Amino acid sequence: MNLRQWLVLALLGLLLSAVVQISGHVDHSPPLPPPITPEQQLRQAVSQLDEWFTNHWQTAGITPAPETSDLAVFRRASLALFGSSPSLEDLRAFENDTQPDKLERWIQQMLRDPRFAGYFARRLARSLAGVEQGPFILFRRDRLTEWLEEQLLKDASWSTITRELIAAEGLWTDKPAANFITIARMENEDIDENKLAGRTVRTFLGQRIDCAQCHDHFFDPKWKQHHFEGLAAWFGHVHVTLGGVTDAATDNQPPREFRVADPGKDPEAARIVQPAVPFHPEWLPQHGSRRSRLAAWVTHPNNRRFERAIANRIWGLMFGRPFHEPVDDLPHPENQTHDPLDLLGQQFRKHGDRLSTLVRIIALSKPFRLGTPGSNDPAEQIRQSRLWAAFPLVRLRPEQVIGSLFQAGRIRSVDQNSHPLIRLMRLTFENDFIQDYGDAGEDELIPQAATISQMLLKMNGRFSQELGKVDLLTGPAQVLALSPDDSAIVENSFLMCLSRRPTPQEMLHFQKQLQQARKDGDKQREAVVEDLFWALFNTPEFAWNH
Amino acid sequence: MESLILHRRSLLQLAATPSLSFLLPALNTRAAARRGFERPKSLIVLWMNGGMSQLESWDPHPRSPSGGETQEIHTTVPGLRIASTLPQMAEQMQHCLLIRSVTSKEGDHERGAAFVRSGYRPEPTLKYPTLGAVIVSELAAPNLEIPPYISVAPRLAVPEGGYLGNAWNAFRLHQPGKAVSNLNAPVPQIRQNRRLENLQLLSQNFTHAHPAAAQQTLHDDLTQKALRMMSSEQLNAFQLDDEPSPLKQAYGNTEFGRGCLVARRLVETGVRVVEVTLPGFDTHIANHQGQSSQCQILDPALSTLISDLRQRDLLQSTIVLCISEFGRTPAINPAGGRDHWPAWFSCLIAGGNFRKAAVIGQTPADIPSADPPLPTDPVTVPEICATILDQLGIDSSKELTTPVGRPIRLADAAPSTRLLQ
Repeated sequence: MNLRQWLVLALLGLLLSAVVQISGHVDHSPPLPPPITPEQQLRQAVSQLDEWFTNHWQTAGITPAPETSDLAVFRRASLALFGSSPSLEDLRAFENDTQPDKLERWIQQMLRDPRFAGYFARRLARSLAGVEQGPFILFRRDRLTEWLEEQLLKDASWSTITRELIAAEGLWTDKPAANFITIARMENEDIDENKLAGRTVRTFLGQRIDCAQCHDHFFDPKWKQHHFEGLAAWFGHVHVTLGGVTDAATDNQPPREFRVADPGKDPEAARIVQPAVPFHPEWLPQHGSRRSRLAAWVTHPNNRRFERAIANRIWGLMFGRPFHEPVDDLPHPENQTHDPLDLLGQQFRKHGDRLSTLVRIIALSKPFRLGTPGSNDPAEQIRQSRLWAAFPLVRLRPEQVIGSLFQAGRIRSVDQNSHPLIRLMRLTFENDFIQDYGDAGEDELIPQAATISQMLLKMNGRFSQELGKVDLLTGPAQVLALSPDDSAIVENSFLMCLSRRPTPQEMLHFQKQLQQARKDGDKQREAVVEDLFWALFNTPEFAWNH
Repeated sequence: MESLILHRRSLLQLAATPSLSFLLPALNTRAAARRGFERPKSLIVLWMNGGMSQLESWDPHPRSPSGGETQEIHTTVPGLRIASTLPQMAEQMQHCLLIRSVTSKEGDHERGAAFVRSGYRPEPTLKYPTLGAVIVSELAAPNLEIPPYISVAPRLAVPEGGYLGNAWNAFRLHQPGKAVSNLNAPVPQIRQNRRLENLQLLSQNFTHAHPAAAQQTLHDDLTQKALRMMSSEQLNAFQLDDEPSPLKQAYGNTEFGRGCLVARRLVETGVRVVEVTLPGFDTHIANHQGQSSQCQILDPALSTLISDLRQRDLLQSTIVLCISEFGRTPAINPAGGRDHWPAWFSCLIAGGNFRKAAVIGQTPADIPSADPPLPTDPVTVPEICATILDQLGIDSSKELTTPVGRPIRLADAAPSTRLLQ
């Protein structure tokens, strides 16, 4: 066969696949997720969590919103775990799955999907290294992210990951966890112990003690300046050599000590600060490098802060809003009665400190399955949302917007099996879009309002234009060409963009447009479909998680 | 050929139906009639990205160990000499305040820029808004149909609203003098109307289902603003077609020069803050050549901007601030470059009620052997920010509450009378 014939064959294959998805027959779709084994089940944990919320709502005298549709829950899970709304291909397969434990099996399958590892790795890297460029050569965000992706793919323990990050030794290219340390390298070539201390407590213990670097914390009397200094001193020995990050002495010199120069005093007379922890020193191991001892203390099985911090972050990534806001400023656990973060934390510990446990319990819990605030009273809607008696309406983050736009412009899932050109296009689109749209930054779980620039970009920019165009092999073109009738065109378009079917009013509106255009020729019908996709891309329903 | 632009009249016709009332634009447009002190004040920041060398610009020390190859020239202010790289600015110094003693402790680009742009040292747990974001959040501009805060910074991140929220981020202008990106509907008018009708139907359904949430999203409000901007006559401020060629040439045939001219037009239209960025000052290698070539771009643009504002009686109501994230080291490194130097650097301010023909601060000509001494009469960045806010009629001591409940003043210092006339 010549090249032309190969191309024709490839196009036919793609078209056949699209026909299958569009017509709703999924015989050739990816295999359905396998059954859940008894040891994989987390039903008791989910029940405990649901019970806590039920009691919580009863006490508050609030009626939770009714449960939403399976498709809406599926969209939420896809946005949270892949950073995009689901493809028509996946929606069809999910809808046609009639086996028991459907949602649980699909969540399991999503957690095994490389899209999850890649997407979550990028989210976690932000909490570990911010979004700054970092020191030239010595910081490699790509290596850190790839390493995190590998850990997530093998469902590694978060405690182990944490210990490797805090106590990392070696070259930042060879031992990617070392980038957690090198991001703190300053202009004068020293490592900023204060930066590492603040970051460690925020990311791994979910508390902000940064104020205590200069003075006792103004708003939290528990944190004293000497607590911060003691924590920073654990990083006092770390330095960067040609061999990479190390705590070991070099050139026969003893490791340098962490010193603090008090304001107004001679910097030469800076006092040496010894490493110390602010509570439970008995959790510290007797031996090991300074950083490995600190890492063991941070991840100690009795350290509730550690499990609550990661539970709150995963909750935030699942809902778009953490259980406690901001995500890294939790109240002291000693002051908390058992709350959902503790319930999640206990299960996390029980199941090998795996992030997948947290994702699964949260995805199956009642709050994740509830509708968005449904009361007619706006004040009651806000209350429902605050108490998790309804799914909070949260604006999609930039990467979720472009992820969903890109996916909505295709019938099949854009994943590791997609053609390399499609994957490259996805990556390029995401980078370019975020540059124009604006990056959510390190604090990406803090709600941000939309801007006029963003609205203009979505309405008139090249992204929605190209992805919503009826062109060779684009999603809108396939929908138009392969849907059996006008109602199927409208339905498929809605499913691709909003993961739901149109209301009767919406169906009538767009059917009418398509019928009117029929007499004006194919080009007019193409224009109607493009205008339908444009409106779907620009509706608030597309831009918000709900 | 049918125009691809959404015309104002068509939009008005479309919006006249009750169901599309959210599309109606504001009626009052032009906001630039007044002149002199009567006019609402604006700020133009000329951002020298990368770290402008004070020694090759505003604070030369020829014949000294730190001087390098740079020569100095006389200016219109008796006794004041600046680098020979800025000959046209030498003619404008009688309208300017030169501060040679700005101090900072941030020697990293990102941290230095965050500090100078906001007046607060960066913190890991709180992102401070830039001065421009504070200004536009405090000053209402009800008749403005284009964004009140505009950044002419191709390929660079825009100044952000920090804890005030990204609603106060600057609007990025990619190519000054050319059409603003994403302002034209990509389809003919008839299809644009259909698109908006479709959007109206879909938005309505969502709004009815979630009234509180819809209010929270402000989606309709923003759509209205975006559509109003698409059809606004004020967009002319972004165009340079009406400007006479000699004036355009005077600003310089560079992106930065055009950016400065657009900045003047935007301010004239009522925009409150414009930041124009000139990159290329990070000269760790071949400092003299690098700084000189950037000053060749800055010199005509800044000097023409000042004279142009004066001629239009806009300098009293417009503050022009030319500043960088830090200065550069007195010592020249083996590659002929100068490295980052936050200990002292220069900035230039013109307009408003700021002093004219004045210099504040003096820096040592010697290369410091260890810890750098303070320059004489040091001026802090927060002091500059507070004074600018004060001149714009904003109480810099006003406290705002951050999203985590922390009270923060608009500026981290009090306004300084020594900077004013």
